[in-house]
Amino acid sequence: MNELGEIWVYLAREPLAALTATLLAWLAALRLQAACARHPLANPVLFAVAILAAVLLLAGIDYRSYFEGAQFVHFLLGPATVALAVPLHRQWALVRRSAWVAVLAVVTGGIFAAAVGVAIALALDAAPEVVASLAPRSVTTPVAMGIAERIGGLPSLTAALVIGSGITGAALGPLVLDLVRVRDMRARGLAIGTAAHGIGTARALGVSAAAGAFSGLAMGLNALASALLLPLIWRFLFG
Amino acid sequence: MIGALATLLVCQLAGEILARALHLPVPGPVIGMVLLFLGLLLRRRPSPPGLAATADALLGNLGLLFVPAGVGVVLYLPLLARDWVPLSLAVLVGTLAAIACTGRLAQWLLRRIP
Repeated sequence: MNELGEIWVYLAREPLAALTATLLAWLAALRLQAACARHPLANPVLFAVAILAAVLLLAGIDYRSYFEGAQFVHFLLGPATVALAVPLHRQWALVRRSAWVAVLAVVTGGIFAAAVGVAIALALDAAPEVVASLAPRSVTTPVAMGIAERIGGLPSLTAALVIGSGITGAALGPLVLDLVRVRDMRARGLAIGTAAHGIGTARALGVSAAAGAFSGLAMGLNALASALLLPLIWRFLFG
Repeated sequence: MIGALATLLVCQLAGEILARALHLPVPGPVIGMVLLFLGLLLRRRPSPPGLAATADALLGNLGLLFVPAGVGVVLYLPLLARDWVPLSLAVLVGTLAAIACTGRLAQWLLRRIP
């Protein structure tokens, strides 16, 4: 029993267990996705988050001690964001011709995404800090947290909402785009990247190189446009 | 592969420094993406194969990289339980409406502007 306790202390202290659990949950999530015939609704990020959240809650493990191990995976988000330049460069001949369309569609779509979310929350009498946390939810996590802080939201609630929006967009976005008959892969990529940032881009890259490049571009443009415009609009409307 | 990883990290680091020095509202990695893209454009050649392979390997598992932050949802379960109606409606309807609107607008513009 004492030995078992020592093993538990070791596992809780070292990052190894959390890191291994994260990778195993991801592999299980990919298996599940394959078992669902890669249906868009079967999103591996959702599966992996659900598995790990359930493990943490059932085992009574603190999120902070989990993150101490998982941060090695989290750290790679930075280099991966930089790496999005590669598919963009590969598709540059195609992207360059539609650069202005991309800017116009992404800026309009990004503001529309924020406006609809805020309007719904206001209509349902959500608390002001919850409304402000919702506004930047379609922007990539670090930018969204920065915007939330500036407009009086709760940055860490925003982080959860950003992930939720990404999973929603990646899982249901392709079905919505089919429904409104958007078949152009460039337009589909722009729409997914604007509303569902990196999680949507991960999905788009798996479907088509063109959609992936446009999605990564839309994510970057929306981060830029929202960071510049949202705080200004917010001050004008609610300031 | 190490060279490619170093390239990515150098771009990110330069992005972080620029963001802080110039008080830019955009995070370092996004500026790093712009820097790497400009660098690739200036070479006037396809991306180096090593860099392309490393980028594809990272981006092929992009979803995994969001998992640790996503698990953070456990911290907000009480707040989410209290405000779940406005939050879930805003996330669901807002995201899907934005996708439909952006997609239609982009497709319409792409047909008109050659």
